[in-house]
Amino acid sequence: MRIMAQMAMVMNLDKCIGCHTCSVTCKQAWTNRAGMEYVWFNNVETRPGLGYPRTYQDQKRWRGGWTLKRGKLKLRSGGRFRRLAEIFSNPKLPTLQDYYEPWTYDYDMLLSAPQGEHTPVARPKSLITGKPMKIEWSANWDDDLGGGPELAPDDPVLVSIRDQVGDRVKMEFEQAFMFYLPRICEHCLNPACVAACPSGAMYKRVEDGIVLVDQDRCRGWRMCVTGCPYKKVYFNHRTGKAEKCTLCYPRLEVGLPTVCSETCVGRLRYLGLFLYDADRVTEAASTPDEKDLLQAQLDLLLDPHEPAVLEQARRDGIPEDWLEAAQNSPVYRLAKVYGIALPLHPEYRTMPMVWYVPPLSPVVDALRDTGNDAEDAGNLFGAINALRIPIEYLAGLFTAGDIGPVRRSLLRLAAMRAYMRDINLGRDPRAEIAESVGMTEEAIYEMYRLLAIAKYDDRYVIPTAHAESARDLEEVGCSLDIAGGPGQYESGPFGEASGRPIPVAVENFHALKQRQTTEVIIPVEAVRVNLLNWDGMGAPDER
Amino acid sequence: MTTWDILLWAVLPYVTIAVFVVGTIWRYRYDKFGWTTRSSQLYEGRLMRVASPLFHIGILAVLVGHVVGLLIPESWTNATGLSEDAYHVIAVGLGLVAGAFTLFGIAMLIYRRRTVGPVFAATTRNDKTMYVFLVAAILLGLLTTLLASGLIGDGYNYRETVSPWFRSIFYLNPQVVLMAEAPTSFHVHAIAGMLIFIIWPFTRLVHAFSAPVGYLVRPYVVYRSRGPHDAGARIPRKGWEKVG
Repeated sequence: MRIMAQMAMVMNLDKCIGCHTCSVTCKQAWTNRAGMEYVWFNNVETRPGLGYPRTYQDQKRWRGGWTLKRGKLKLRSGGRFRRLAEIFSNPKLPTLQDYYEPWTYDYDMLLSAPQGEHTPVARPKSLITGKPMKIEWSANWDDDLGGGPELAPDDPVLVSIRDQVGDRVKMEFEQAFMFYLPRICEHCLNPACVAACPSGAMYKRVEDGIVLVDQDRCRGWRMCVTGCPYKKVYFNHRTGKAEKCTLCYPRLEVGLPTVCSETCVGRLRYLGLFLYDADRVTEAASTPDEKDLLQAQLDLLLDPHEPAVLEQARRDGIPEDWLEAAQNSPVYRLAKVYGIALPLHPEYRTMPMVWYVPPLSPVVDALRDTGNDAEDAGNLFGAINALRIPIEYLAGLFTAGDIGPVRRSLLRLAAMRAYMRDINLGRDPRAEIAESVGMTEEAIYEMYRLLAIAKYDDRYVIPTAHAESARDLEEVGCSLDIAGGPGQYESGPFGEASGRPIPVAVENFHALKQRQTTEVIIPVEAVRVNLLNWDGMGAPDER
Repeated sequence: MTTWDILLWAVLPYVTIAVFVVGTIWRYRYDKFGWTTRSSQLYEGRLMRVASPLFHIGILAVLVGHVVGLLIPESWTNATGLSEDAYHVIAVGLGLVAGAFTLFGIAMLIYRRRTVGPVFAATTRNDKTMYVFLVAAILLGLLTTLLASGLIGDGYNYRETVSPWFRSIFYLNPQVVLMAEAPTSFHVHAIAGMLIFIIWPFTRLVHAFSAPVGYLVRPYVVYRSRGPHDAGARIPRKGWEKVG
């Protein structure tokens, strides 16, 4: 047994309103650079929908994740020799068309067009070729079921359950069902991207399980993009290196939640630690029946209150404050104690570590629309069983098609609503509601505190990295590294951003000195004005 | 033996080796971040699917051909009972096939680079220079093979002059006279070859050194510590950690 700590996330889909704030703030923080225009470390998909990149869940086509071959775990895209044989041209790499061609608008036209009969128009321009383009797709083109009847039926999850339930499923969806699925990197326990990386540049951090790309070791073979079944590793087409969600590790290390969590309007994200047995990961991921994978994954997560676990964890070098954080972990409670959080696509066998509380609200809404009391326990329980089609869809997402755990999760959420309603209305709480879903009254109440009250400090239990290593956090980079921005590396002699990066502090010092002593006033030709860095000298900086 | 002979066949080889070795070490230390294939597959996949393996497999076969032809002395192959004529036929046959693969591959790659908008936009001046040198070396190599094969004009047994000269460089006793005797086509190709090695460390060609053969023996999942300075964490062992 070897215990490792894993920083994990739970998202409560019941609360997601699809506002994309997480995506936008993430993009501003991490991917607003040249070469990353098409990249969204965090994206919010409308389900049913095609996803981003399009149909990424169709592993028959994209060959991501792991598969069992004669009982042994193997990358679906092929073993070691196959990987090397395909190194000159990766046959399963999504092209830009599968994501989307990023664009900007010719805003300058609005200002500089001569006076004329017609209003000037800012035409869309491709950020890849710089030429005018027709916008035909984007990262969330089918948002809110946009293009529904044409696009949604091609949802790979819908396709996969169509055999079981026939055309009925599509009709029901069109009438009653849609929800949002925010996605980031899963920081898997058994990451297929890491396994696929020929250079050994990708790694899982021993301390917190965050999966990262070593930019100095990446050689741009692109196998990670294929390996990841969630398509959450991206290829920076300017630097020729892979990049991915870092779980905002510079923030986590100082105890702050990730940008997507911090800015989430619905406050639906939870961050905390799991303790797990690293030596048993491969064995768990090799579970023969896909439907047993969820249980195998849950069994990997160790009880942080058990003395034997704590003792072993100390032997494995996990600091005391981390053990305490693991005991207070909201994600452990949601996934294991209450059993309401489920992983996304466990059948990919990567042991994903971003979990989801399935959405109950559409069920409630549907019930209310029929004129029933939507929060009555009996009505709710009945509705969950009656609305079997959404459950099958949810099972296709979260449990490899096994309806049981999804139903249990929804029943517990429903029970919580019904139980709490009695309290809110001043009636006697009914213990039988809790019992009917296999929970105690205390557990239901705690779950309610965590899900409904959702205090900041309850949602994010993040132990900091140790002060002894704090100097490593200096000079981690600058979010102003945008094209032409003050932090942007020059295009070096060997291509984009080659050469040794200049420490941000040094660069800022010289840039400021130069600006303050310059006699040249910078003329206004700006396409995008950067007021953030304007120091009052001349006109604001271009771009 | 003229001054030019000495400069070209005794001085230039060592300059090449020095620049190639020192340049590569310098580039690796100075520019790890720029060390990548700079793949353009994200922009365009269909042409690349055919052209890139064609070129790379071709050029690797060409490399093997050069190693065999230059490093293995004629006396060794004779000793195995392989006659000069038989060796010649095999070498020219395989060489032309490999050369054709390479040439066809790189022709397609350059066509793709020029005609596919995003790929062309991502092409640096450095890339263009590199292509000139690389294509020159490949074309001159093919021409030399054709001329020496006897298919056009008289054949030529380079294993009695060029190969011993090549080996003599590494003995630190360059046999300039031997190389000076060789036909002009060999001279030009050798110079083009040395030039491509001189610019090698400063172009995207360095990705050839990153051929990830270590992948075959590595555990699938790599664990790394945040750094050796961490409190609480164990000091990481050298090499890959065995987990699971």
